[in-house]
Amino acid sequence: MATVTFDNATRLYPGTDKPAVDKLNIDIADGEFLVLVGPSGCGKSTSLRMLAGLEDVNSGRILIGDRDVTDVPPKDRDIAMVFQNYALYPHMTVADNMGFALKIAGVSKEERAERVREAAKLLDLEQYLDRKPKALSGGQRQRVAMGRAIVRNPQVFLMDEPLSNLDAKLRVQTRTQIASLTRRLGVTTVYVTHDQVEAMTMGDRVAVLKDGLLQQVDTPRNLYDRPQNVFVAGFIGSPAMNLLELPVVDGGVQFGGTVYPVQHDVLEEAHGRTVTLGTRPEDLESAPSGEGLQVEVDVVEELGADAYVYGHTTLDGKDHDIVARVDGRRPPMKGESIWVRPQQGHVHLFDTKSGLRLGD
Amino acid sequence: MTEQSGAKWHDEPTDYAQIGKLPRTEAASANDAAPPAGVIGSLNITAAAADPELLDLPWHIALEDWPAAYLAALPRGISRHIVRFAHLGGSVIAIKETSEHVARHEYHMLRKLARMDVPCVEPVAVITGRTTVDGKPLNPVLVTRHLKFSMPYRALFSQMLRRDTLTRLIDAQALLLVRLHLIGFYWGDVSLSNTLFRRDAGAFAAYLVDAETGELYPDLSMGQREYDLEIARVNIAGELMDLLEGGLIEEKVDPVATSELIMDSYRRLWAELTEKESFELDERWRVGARIRRLNELGFDVEEYAIKTTPDGSTIQLQPKVVDAGHHQRRLLRLTGLDAQENQARRLLNDMDQFRADNNPDMDEEISAHTWVSQIFEPIVRSIPRDLAGKLEPAEVVHEVLEHRWYMSEKQDSYIPLAEAVQSYLDTILRHRRDEAAIMLNPDTAMLKILDAEAEESRYDEDEYPDSDD
Repeated sequence: MATVTFDNATRLYPGTDKPAVDKLNIDIADGEFLVLVGPSGCGKSTSLRMLAGLEDVNSGRILIGDRDVTDVPPKDRDIAMVFQNYALYPHMTVADNMGFALKIAGVSKEERAERVREAAKLLDLEQYLDRKPKALSGGQRQRVAMGRAIVRNPQVFLMDEPLSNLDAKLRVQTRTQIASLTRRLGVTTVYVTHDQVEAMTMGDRVAVLKDGLLQQVDTPRNLYDRPQNVFVAGFIGSPAMNLLELPVVDGGVQFGGTVYPVQHDVLEEAHGRTVTLGTRPEDLESAPSGEGLQVEVDVVEELGADAYVYGHTTLDGKDHDIVARVDGRRPPMKGESIWVRPQQGHVHLFDTKSGLRLGD
Repeated sequence: MTEQSGAKWHDEPTDYAQIGKLPRTEAASANDAAPPAGVIGSLNITAAAADPELLDLPWHIALEDWPAAYLAALPRGISRHIVRFAHLGGSVIAIKETSEHVARHEYHMLRKLARMDVPCVEPVAVITGRTTVDGKPLNPVLVTRHLKFSMPYRALFSQMLRRDTLTRLIDAQALLLVRLHLIGFYWGDVSLSNTLFRRDAGAFAAYLVDAETGELYPDLSMGQREYDLEIARVNIAGELMDLLEGGLIEEKVDPVATSELIMDSYRRLWAELTEKESFELDERWRVGARIRRLNELGFDVEEYAIKTTPDGSTIQLQPKVVDAGHHQRRLLRLTGLDAQENQARRLLNDMDQFRADNNPDMDEEISAHTWVSQIFEPIVRSIPRDLAGKLEPAEVVHEVLEHRWYMSEKQDSYIPLAEAVQSYLDTILRHRRDEAAIMLNPDTAMLKILDAEAEESRYDEDEYPDSDD
């Protein structure tokens, strides 16, 4: 078990002038499950590969525990890449499938058996150890693959989109298993995904990256409730937050037909005459006609208790998409017009120019 | 793993908007009762070439339930996905069920590798939007064309395995890995299972089959190369342990020691191809010697850097751009024949000998032409049609030439070509199994392997045609 530290870690590919990962600083606690998330090209996989030793680090350092591993070859870093390869060998027992890498590493027979037994217990595979893989279900095979990594007792697990080739059902199942298993084992885990739902449900903390730059690293709750910039606000949450550029007026922000009150000192921080106001779909409430924004309903997605309204509104002659959560028992119809406004205390304000959060 | 980190290697990016999403199920239409026409409507096919026969395959059925009538029985090797072989027009295709993201990534990666002239399987199509007749979504598939005369390593072990066969297999794998690393391809899952082998004048030529975890970079770091090698070593050891467990190789083969051969083989070749060499000014012959050594290994040096130290006493030589296929290109240039590297080397040797024996002063190209019409073509023409599927023509010619040499050694006399050919056909070729598409007529040993691999297989033995031996 160990901490992991990215200390100004930078990766610049030859022939490019913009780093793929730019001065990354993250301190990952011992036993923590940290998820790296972001859109394609954000540098999340590159960061993971730097930690794995597969990418050169051009400047800065990477530490596992107190040990500087920046120039240590991958196999000497005491890490395990999970699910790189989980083809199971048909003639070998489940126990041998889990322990064969230890045999290659020269671990004694007794110790191998012991470590395999321990891992099997955690994975609920004990009764299958003497069987061949063909006797296992899809989920159990996944766990055998996980077992291969566990028996190595690594300091850190690294997982790069490990679920991307599973079908939807197995993906949700395996997601839960990985999260609970790594916590039970207490092994520090760094997990890469492009899927913010996966990130939010699995991570103790989530690091959001964009264009090689760390945007925010925080607990899922804080990322959702207090996004530090417009990018994080729009990236985290599904359906996404509504973000509108609105004029600053006396006492607040002009939200269609109403003024959303904002404290003077918060608006003072803003550069310019507009701010970006964000509200999550569940934080919009219906308003009397003429107040707030008038939204033309395009699609209604009914989920039972709730329904999501996907519509658009016109501000200064431009159309903006709006998503609002409404009572599922009385949803509006497609083509109808509804009026919405943010609930008091449930907006996020960002400087339009810098994109940074304003106020608390 | 698949991101555009500012560098330019992703000119055909995966459809990122679709990453991780399952295909949307189109609403089942009314004429679903009459598949496949009702189902084809929702299919989305990305293909490099138009293969209209693709539409005739039962995409509305989960791959593991495909009726035997569509399938070609080929050995499948170990795979984490459902993989099946089917007939498509005159060829055999491999179909793999996977996620859309993985399928598209692999499809584009294989296309790029093929353009860079790396031996790999040919991608045919990605098919998404599959649904069952009642509208249930099915996994997208990647379709690749089966490489004629190629075999998975497990099929090679159905014959008695000689230890040197294993060594040659691993050498071929090492060469493939070096070639991939030279062009900046990080494989991420190097294994014998992810490779196909073709006979190559007594050795093997390795082809990449699975590019799922692979990525192209401008250059690979030392860490990437070493990690790929480590993955190779662990996987090969695991694969050999499995064969041992299944009683498919001799007990005396040591999986761990054998797997380590790939490290040596790879490192030796990598060093020869890329390392800087320093020597004194009066040892200039070493420049030519290095290039000849690389040619011998089958590489051409397209570009090399030569530097001298400031005092001019020492020369530094480093190959910069090397290109595999030295003998293949020479054979192609002289004869128009397309063969694999070792086959080409073998045929060129014979051709050079032919010229030396007959008319050393004759122009090289004219002599080559004479050799083709007097040696190569007569041998190929003499293969009866029923034996044509046994081995590739170039491999047959190599074997005939070798056979002729053995005959004349044994009888201590000159053997006319016609006599050698007849003897070869009768005593050797006739007894080989068909390797054009091995398993279309499986032999008993192969059936035993398939049976042992019943885990992946839903076939019964009696679904196979009876073996003829």
